[in-house]
Amino acid sequence: MPPLDDVVALSRLQFAATALYHFLFVPLTLGLAWILFIMESVYVMTGRQVYKDMTQFWGKLFGINFAMGVTTGITMEFQFGTNWAYYSHYVGDIFGAPLAIEGLMAFFLESTMVGLFFLGWNRLSKRKHLMVTFCVALGSSLSALWILIANGWMNHPVGAAFNFDTMRMELVSIAEVIFNPVAQVKFVHTAAAGYVTASMFVLGISALYLLKARDVQFALRSFAIAAAFGLASTLSVIVLGDESGYTAGEVNKVKLAAIEAAWETQPAPAGLTLFGFPDDEQQKTHYAVELPWVLGLIATRSTDGQVIGLKELREQNEARIRTGMQAYAALLRLKRGDKSPEAKAAFDAVKADLGYGLLLKKYTPNVVDASEAQIKQAAADTIPKVAPLFWSFRGMVFLGFLFLFIFSAAVWFMVRRNLAPQRWLLKLCVIAIPLPWVAAELGWVVAEYGRQPWTIAGVLPTHLSASSLSPGSLWFSLFGFLGFYTLLLVVEMGLMFKYAKLGPASLHTGRYHGEAGSGTPEHLAEDQIAAV
Amino acid sequence: MLFDYETYKLIWWAFVGVLLLGFALTDGFDFGVGIALPFVGRTDTERRIVINTIGATWEGNQTWLITAGGALFAAWPLVYAAAFSGFYVALLLCLFALFFRPVGFDYRNKLQDPRWRNTWDWCLFAGGFVPPVIFGVAFGNLLQGVPFRYDDMLRLEYTGTFFDLLNPFGLLCGVLALAMLSLHGATWLQQKTEGAVAERARLMAMGAAAATIVLFAAGGLWIAKGIEGYRIVSMPDANSVFLPAAKSVTRATGAWLDNFARWPLLWLLPVLGLGGAALACLFSAARRSLPAFLASGLAVSGVVLTAGAAMFPFVMPSSLLPAHSLTAWDAVSSHRTLSVMFWVVIVMLPIVSLYTGWVYRVMRGKVTHQHIQDNTHTAY
Repeated sequence: MPPLDDVVALSRLQFAATALYHFLFVPLTLGLAWILFIMESVYVMTGRQVYKDMTQFWGKLFGINFAMGVTTGITMEFQFGTNWAYYSHYVGDIFGAPLAIEGLMAFFLESTMVGLFFLGWNRLSKRKHLMVTFCVALGSSLSALWILIANGWMNHPVGAAFNFDTMRMELVSIAEVIFNPVAQVKFVHTAAAGYVTASMFVLGISALYLLKARDVQFALRSFAIAAAFGLASTLSVIVLGDESGYTAGEVNKVKLAAIEAAWETQPAPAGLTLFGFPDDEQQKTHYAVELPWVLGLIATRSTDGQVIGLKELREQNEARIRTGMQAYAALLRLKRGDKSPEAKAAFDAVKADLGYGLLLKKYTPNVVDASEAQIKQAAADTIPKVAPLFWSFRGMVFLGFLFLFIFSAAVWFMVRRNLAPQRWLLKLCVIAIPLPWVAAELGWVVAEYGRQPWTIAGVLPTHLSASSLSPGSLWFSLFGFLGFYTLLLVVEMGLMFKYAKLGPASLHTGRYHGEAGSGTPEHLAEDQIAAV
Repeated sequence: MLFDYETYKLIWWAFVGVLLLGFALTDGFDFGVGIALPFVGRTDTERRIVINTIGATWEGNQTWLITAGGALFAAWPLVYAAAFSGFYVALLLCLFALFFRPVGFDYRNKLQDPRWRNTWDWCLFAGGFVPPVIFGVAFGNLLQGVPFRYDDMLRLEYTGTFFDLLNPFGLLCGVLALAMLSLHGATWLQQKTEGAVAERARLMAMGAAAATIVLFAAGGLWIAKGIEGYRIVSMPDANSVFLPAAKSVTRATGAWLDNFARWPLLWLLPVLGLGGAALACLFSAARRSLPAFLASGLAVSGVVLTAGAAMFPFVMPSSLLPAHSLTAWDAVSSHRTLSVMFWVVIVMLPIVSLYTGWVYRVMRGKVTHQHIQDNTHTAY
């Protein structure tokens, strides 16, 4: 029995909420780990205490964030089984592998070493501790690599084939899954976006200290490392994370067209819509401002490659749904025991479109008896709502260029040793602290909302993927997650603000702002937080 | 591919066993330490001592669970899907309890307020108490079979509820897991602390060991005399690809002893479980903390492996349609995936073990009052 529509909707909501919550913590971990490694490397090379203090102070903030990353991450490893049982059965043969490899190769390394990072300072030589920090950073980035290989496969399922005996997709080539071009682009883009997030975090908090003229030497050095690392990372995000990743794979073509509100197929090279108001009803974009040629150049890296429009994509998908109905009929014949070569050949000829046939399951359980209206409806389902993708993408890109400006300006004035008078820039850095998170979450909305109605592009529709649970179970878990996560997030933010305000004085070395005398602001602040 | 399909199926049964055992043996004492925390530590410094015995290593230990989850997904996708969606509410409760640990360990010392710290202590207690009970209850229900079946598109239908899991035998197994991991945590604390904390841990270990022995023996008798086990009557060649429904299965009281009758050496496993717990009790009484910890490790291994050996090749029997039961022969991934993942495990698991061992070596020695005072701003 397929799941109820309510259950599918609640399962999607829960997955989106838990994944977006998890990704509040992941990017900072990804980037801050490398920033800690850079700071500690300078400490090991120069032996100067301030760099050790920097590593330990930013390490404290890293720890507060890391704990929430682990807390929200445990959920992700189990949620495919709990809420997406048919998905797990249908593609576990391929999708499970990168998750298991992530555990063995990356997460073990990261979480085994992270304890020594915090508690091993007095038990390890300088070099050994630096190696531990390196392992934490390497582990977290490797972790992102394997997760994005899994996610890339959902968007562009290569290296796998359907087996009608076991009623699932099975692995054909692990190399194709690992070297999936979509996964590679996604990894570089996501990891670099994490590095940007952490750089902005360090840059903004350091700017705050500089604005208050406290812990200046400490803050300047932190600012410098964050600015340089952030500039390099922002350039990577923009240059390597452009739309080239969207050309591979069928569903990505839909995503690209929706992002650009490309209703019609234009003669190559297509123009880029900078701005406008997409209208799903009339299938056109009002007040569009277009740059000729640019989209075609970016998306296809050529002057003759075509960007296919949404209307044409829907017609193509409708044709594939009709073939998919034949595929489903051929599958039923095989399932009923007719394993003759003709029956297999009949299925093989059309099995590439089986997933499109399964789209009809939402409307008729038998698929093969779908009416014209149902086929049209299923074809319409393959085109996501344009406006959310159009705006999310533009929001993300705008923020990306804003970060480029901030990091460039930061590096510029730092190199010219003229940073302190630029109070506008320092203030902008503080204000910009939360913006990389906004960009990252918008990016995930583009990537995942744009993949609908599929969990596995062209292979498995979302509404079939969900577990057949009761709505009551879903409400229980959804409220549980939101309650726990929100409560813990409030606690986490409270600690983060407290320690960011305290600054390096929280290390109790006696060298930093606010540490002299009794009744220090620290105790006051502590009491206030405790009272809250 | 190096081995045939049947061999890989067997190897993967062993690998899943190794990962679950690694989880029980390492994170097992973290759970026990969490359970012990509010009772063994009376003052703030004592509680910090308790927490810091596992502060640097618990996170790596928990990764055994995460990795076991991933390995189930990759190698036994049908089990991953059926167990986690079937035991939905129970697993969610377990997850919610696990949430408290990463934040609890890291946030507790970040503020001085006693109310703050006391709250986290009870959160850490919940994070240690709830998961063993739920894992125990889950295994207790697997031994009895759970109500599910597949339709012809291999979609799972699970007809049980959360409260059905809380049957007498399931609860017995839950309490057994609680006692066993309390023992494991208490012997760990005995070894890693000194003075009053170690003394309280010693008493806890002796009590938990006695409870483990009684509950394990009672569970064994129940299995032999009162619970219907599952038995494969016929199935296709283990080397071939087949669906769960392709075999035929019967239920019979005492069927979980079939494997012990066939391979009498397996009786060593329950002996190890009972003997390990008895030795842990005796060594604790004699204040020999390291042997006591090693003996409790033997007890944990014996108990977990006894359950696994009794059920082999069953993993998740179906009480609704016994033929649809999931076994190591038919709940598995394709030959290619099992082979690829075999190599990943063969290469990575020794590396993981090596660096984990190194971390434990770095953190060796007892955690003392002096240690907490010297590191008051950096220790947990």
